[in-house]
Amino acid sequence: MVDLLYAVAVAPFKDMAGAPAFLIEVLIGGIFAGLMYSLVALGFVLIFKASGVFNFAQGVMVLFAALTLVGLLERGAPVVVALALTTVVMVALAFAIERLVLRPLVNQAHIILFMATIGLNFFLEGFGEMLWGANVKKLDIGIPDRSFIVRGVQINQLELTAAVTAAVLVTLLAVFFQRTRIGRALRAVADDHEAALSIGVPLKTIWIVVWSVAGVVAIVAGLMWGAKSGVQFSLSLIALKALPVLILGGFESVPGAIVGGLIIGVGEKLGEVYWGPLVGGAIENWFAYVLALTVLLARPQGLFGEKIIERV
Amino acid sequence: MITTDRRSRRDSLQGAGQFKTTYGADQAVFPVAQDRVVVAAAVMAAFVVPPLVASDYWLQAVLIPFLVYALAAIGLNLLTGYAGQLSLGTGGFMAVGAYSAFKLATAFPHLNILVVFVLSGLVAAAVGLFFGIPSLRIKGFYLAVATLASQFFLVWLFNKVAWFTNYASSGTITAPDRTLFGVVITGPNSTAAARYLLALGLVAVFAVIAKNLVRGRVGRAWMAIRDRDIAAEIIGVRPLRTKLLAFGISSFYCGVAGAGLVFLYLGSAETLAFDISISFLVLFMVIIGGLGSILGSFLGAAFIVLMPIVLANAPHAIGLRLPVALQKQIELMVFGGLIIFFLIVEPRGLARLWQITKEKLRLWPFPH
Repeated sequence: MVDLLYAVAVAPFKDMAGAPAFLIEVLIGGIFAGLMYSLVALGFVLIFKASGVFNFAQGVMVLFAALTLVGLLERGAPVVVALALTTVVMVALAFAIERLVLRPLVNQAHIILFMATIGLNFFLEGFGEMLWGANVKKLDIGIPDRSFIVRGVQINQLELTAAVTAAVLVTLLAVFFQRTRIGRALRAVADDHEAALSIGVPLKTIWIVVWSVAGVVAIVAGLMWGAKSGVQFSLSLIALKALPVLILGGFESVPGAIVGGLIIGVGEKLGEVYWGPLVGGAIENWFAYVLALTVLLARPQGLFGEKIIERV
Repeated sequence: MITTDRRSRRDSLQGAGQFKTTYGADQAVFPVAQDRVVVAAAVMAAFVVPPLVASDYWLQAVLIPFLVYALAAIGLNLLTGYAGQLSLGTGGFMAVGAYSAFKLATAFPHLNILVVFVLSGLVAAAVGLFFGIPSLRIKGFYLAVATLASQFFLVWLFNKVAWFTNYASSGTITAPDRTLFGVVITGPNSTAAARYLLALGLVAVFAVIAKNLVRGRVGRAWMAIRDRDIAAEIIGVRPLRTKLLAFGISSFYCGVAGAGLVFLYLGSAETLAFDISISFLVLFMVIIGGLGSILGSFLGAAFIVLMPIVLANAPHAIGLRLPVALQKQIELMVFGGLIIFFLIVEPRGLARLWQITKEKLRLWPFPH
């Protein structure tokens, strides 16, 4: 019993203090991984904020964007052209989704819309693989997957690029939401559909915009994840990784997605490295969820979510 | 269960429409005569016809999975459709049922297989109670994602701890041969017909229990919590007890279904059979079939089990030969498209269509 307590509560911290360079390496790895999760979680947050739809298909949208990009690159398109064309495809997808899925289901219960996005999930998975093939593809965007060493700490160049990209993307989104006309309209819609409609905010346009933006975020996420681990079906499963990030940060909060991602990324790496061996490893599948669950017990709306006010 | 009230029957013969003269008749499970007859006939037919005429393929690939999934769907429907708690942990709870059934059946070889099923359901119920505790504070999609914790944790646990598989090197659990009334009913030596009958018996009994549960005190408390939990609390429904009861009973059903999945359908399985996709599949059944409807659970299960089979055979039937990969992708697209289509056409599920028909039958043949 004492041994167990020691192994859980003392030994890991002793290990941390014993090898600070390694600890920093683990932390940095966690931060990078967390930012990668945030990239996916951002797409969820955007759509949830503006339409109250919990878009389960975000993961497959990432896969679809990556597949389209790789498919175009393989056919000899230059990187810039391929990126532009992929953006066009994702915007077209947003139009199609608004017209065919969201508009007929307007005013339905949230769970019905959630289900519809799972249907969309299946559809896009089949569609993407039919268009571009199901085999694993390599996405090479010219950033080498190499590490360099700064003061004894290994840093992966690709992960660093991803982190910077995520930071830039979040800043852009924040400016877009706070400073532009459409951003204000988006916030109005998120606040209250009916009130926004009554002062003349076009709901349909807003939805198309928000799904397009989520599509662009999916391209960035697909780019980074694809460069890291290849473009294949399992890419769509990162949605499952983004969910704990999402509930930890709160569904409606862009900063929440980032902070949640960092907490989950760092927590997961620390847990895996220092506590994982105690229970036989491979805990990353559920650790993030349990971590998020624990936080939720204290704050049911996530760290940055809007406080849930209930009335009879 | 089925109340045949002489007066109401006489009334239904005299004029158009069926009107009830006693409260008992009005509260009957099947108040509409045609409904009563159809259900009774369907249950009888289900016990007699398939074992006699259906081929092993039909029993094994269509009917048994349909029954097993229907049971799981009833379980999830109690939790999500009646008590309003969105859960994505179904696969995990089914795994608990399957692994405890395996452990019980191998540790106590003389234990009656029915007792094993019920006991494994109880184990799943206990686990469900534990994972239901967060539902007291967490609601809606937050709860749905939180239940994923149970899904991933439980599957990881069964994968990691070799004790659960009796230290099998392959990591699979295999249903042992067990007999009921002298007939081999589970395991590799059982016939599909025997397993079908056991599955049908289980589903029939549990469906009747569920049907009565949801129209009684418990079910009404669940629905009150679902519709407006604060209001329910004010009129005296205790949220703690009601929500936990929903989690417990729902997990019991899922646990029995999980045991059935391995013992009656697959024969042997590893944790992969209980991964997240099964949770989504069962949730699909519940929503396509109709939230808050026992019949809907059956309709949804039938839809989801039959759809891939129809889709797989459809191109063949019209003389089209497609490459395997392409066919798989088209299947996915059509499946996803159909789900969206059905949600748009009738968001309240297939059971709602039947309900509308029933309203018309009540006043049949003259609607005015």
